[in-house]
Amino acid sequence: MAERSTTRRTLLIRGAAAFGAFSLSGCDRIIQSKFAHKAFANVDALNRTTQEAILDQAALAPEYTRDDLSQLFYANGSTDPDDADYKKMVGERFASYKLVVDGLVEHPQQLSLAELRALPTRTQITRHDCVEGWSCIGEWTGTPLAGVLDRAVLKSAARYVLFHCFDTMDDGDLSGPTPFYGSIDLAAARHPQTILAYEMNGEPLPVKYGAPLRVRVERQLGYKMTKYIKRIELVDDFSKFGKGKGGYWEDNGYQWYAGI
Amino acid sequence: MTQTISNEGEATAGGGAALPRDRQRVIKRHSLVVRLTHWVNVLCLTMLLMSGLQIFNARPQLDFGNKTDFDHPPASISSSEVDGQQHGFVQIGSFKIDTTGILGISYVDGEPTERGFPAWATLPSEQDLATGRSIHFVFAWLFVANGLIYLISGFISRHFSRDLAPSKYQWRHIGRSILEHARLRFPRGEEARQYNILQKLTYFLVVFVLLPVLVLAGWTMSPGLDAKFPLLLDVFGGRQTARSIHFIAAFGVVLFVLVHIALVLVSGVFNNMRSMITGWYDIGREEGTHG
Repeated sequence: MAERSTTRRTLLIRGAAAFGAFSLSGCDRIIQSKFAHKAFANVDALNRTTQEAILDQAALAPEYTRDDLSQLFYANGSTDPDDADYKKMVGERFASYKLVVDGLVEHPQQLSLAELRALPTRTQITRHDCVEGWSCIGEWTGTPLAGVLDRAVLKSAARYVLFHCFDTMDDGDLSGPTPFYGSIDLAAARHPQTILAYEMNGEPLPVKYGAPLRVRVERQLGYKMTKYIKRIELVDDFSKFGKGKGGYWEDNGYQWYAGI
Repeated sequence: MTQTISNEGEATAGGGAALPRDRQRVIKRHSLVVRLTHWVNVLCLTMLLMSGLQIFNARPQLDFGNKTDFDHPPASISSSEVDGQQHGFVQIGSFKIDTTGILGISYVDGEPTERGFPAWATLPSEQDLATGRSIHFVFAWLFVANGLIYLISGFISRHFSRDLAPSKYQWRHIGRSILEHARLRFPRGEEARQYNILQKLTYFLVVFVLLPVLVLAGWTMSPGLDAKFPLLLDVFGGRQTARSIHFIAAFGVVLFVLVHIALVLVSGVFNNMRSMITGWYDIGREEGTHG
């Protein structure tokens, strides 16, 4: 009998604990469900479809003046990659740096910083909106990505521009640091304000902000503006890279489309 | 809209035996659309608030203009060490108050943790900006769709002009309405067939000012929409001002909901809940005829 009542009591306690856990984290459990993740993916697609329907290529992100520049421009994610090959390049001021453009292109490219600087330039003072909520204003100089894509001549199957980077994110993954990468679609890539920036506020791009080259995608949030670009690969589908969501941050739950 | 329910009116009125003329005391107060959109709103606003606080926690400060001031934020929730212990603070301008336990520093499994708003107020409960944003967008779409259904139906059915616009008589007697409200005495009988003027004005402000401002300020935070509609930035005075207005308007809604619930409780919780679920509302007997 004693044994039985213990069992019953244990059951009751277990039941109460389970109920408590459910009512406390009931919302969290729904959030982690497959259904919720499907809803999140659908809404990401809805945000993207809606904004693409509203936004034409001519709509420019607001541009500001030098008086508006942020005194302190915050930096997130990697700010000082300690990968050996990158450190070496910083030491020699990126003299041996060559941006590789390949994948679904007719003419793969290898462009040094001097060659990139010789291409058409664009300077823009824009607001950088971080997903965390903050905004900073900075001046960026670089060459429009559209021109670089035109030099390489895209194959008709190309749909996304994938950025491979020098930096890795040490996020506790047992298989070692995760290489950083990102992607945008061709519409974003061909937008007139989308540039491969090698200067910030009139100076060579500092390490903190993505030296030697970062992309500016002014109508989206900061996490789409990949820093430390090593290679640009044209792909038809990004599902075979990383965890398949199109970028390091996307693999960690952030929306692929970041216009909102 | 006035309909008669025989017996049920008396049964739920809570009073003694009703006179025959009381048979028309139970009226259809809320249409199906109003009832449905009301409860969808309850769900949406709850989820939007809690996921919004999660998003806010990623940078728990408020700014004006287009830029964030990292060194001297106009308003912030922060934490710092005082006598070897972590304390949470809310600071607005030069005013600073210790909020340890709720804001800045709160307890997660007994451990003091650096957070703007505490885990029980955010969705998800742990720090997770990406999921917070996903939840926020799901319910933002639902909220806007629900709001559009409510607005379109409200205009077509003339619900707004009939039920939300105060009458001339009500304007003339607004002073008396305020006094009666302050004494927690609510209209009964014929006068209770319509919203009183304070209800009308409050609902009007929430529906046509507060919630639209909240939505538009939210849109102004979108770099995509700013490119297409730069007017939004001019109207709100910059993206960071829009973010601050979004936050303040959200707490305006919280304030409205708190007062709303309090008044639902003191003015007859059963009758009020029944009317928002089934539509039927007992207007009660005229002042002075009961007791």
